[in-house]
Amino acid sequence: MGLAGYLIVAAILFALGIACTVARKNVIYVLMGIELILNAANLNLVAFSRFVGGLDGQIFAIFSIILAAAEAAVALAIVLNVFGLFDSIRPDDPDLMKE
Amino acid sequence: MELLFFLLFAGLAIAGAVATVWMRYVVHSAFALMGTFLGVAGLYVLLGADFLAITQILIYVGGILVLILFGIMLTPPDRTERNAKRVIGFSASLVAIALFLAVQIGSVVRWAEKSNLEAPKATAAPIGRELLRPDGYLIPFELVSVVLLVALIGSVFIARRRKAVRVDDSSTAAILAERGTLQQKAGA
Repeated sequence: MGLAGYLIVAAILFALGIACTVARKNVIYVLMGIELILNAANLNLVAFSRFVGGLDGQIFAIFSIILAAAEAAVALAIVLNVFGLFDSIRPDDPDLMKE
Repeated sequence: MELLFFLLFAGLAIAGAVATVWMRYVVHSAFALMGTFLGVAGLYVLLGADFLAITQILIYVGGILVLILFGIMLTPPDRTERNAKRVIGFSASLVAIALFLAVQIGSVVRWAEKSNLEAPKATAAPIGRELLRPDGYLIPFELVSVVLLVALIGSVFIARRRKAVRVDDSSTAAILAERGTLQQKAGA
């Protein structure tokens, strides 16, 4: 299977990740959608690393995975904090900056 | 044979992603997300990135997914948020746009693709050497460890147990208190 197949799979994963982020009204779904998007990006990096040559794509994917882990930890802490303040996990509810 | 495994893993990844968007309960979505992660790890194996496949399973399935499950555990279920029409509309239109763009870009751009490139035998040792080479990725590698430390301290700091919001001096607290009473009235 050539490069194109992997790029198409990554495009579908990316689109579904954005749909998961936008269409669901629950912060946990937003986090899961972001993980899907990052996975699609990593798949692109690794596919290019394989079909163009060199290890740079794989190393970039490793950094991306590390930052995804850090992002998930901080995002979970923020979600719990927001839930404690607003009693809600819908991303539309914290709107104090509008007041 | 490779095509068969590619279709298997790609199907697993895409089916997992579709189920993640579609499922009504968050826990079902989280377990569907595990299918996506495993499928992507299989695709990494097909791409000759064995170290990355193991890393994917260790960090995504073993770390991030557990973190998401903790998030689900510590927040209340919200069974009324899913709007099937909205989910289908967003998913179908975004996938269509992505496929259209992928095909259009793929038919115009000529990647520097080499079809006769050998897959590397084992990538753990070369990646390790590249990460610790001073004119390679040594500085990003050290910086990312600092980022991890900062994220660790930051998330513990943000999520620490604290007393209720002080009502004396903060306008935020006043607004929240007012809203809380409003919600209680609405509930009662």
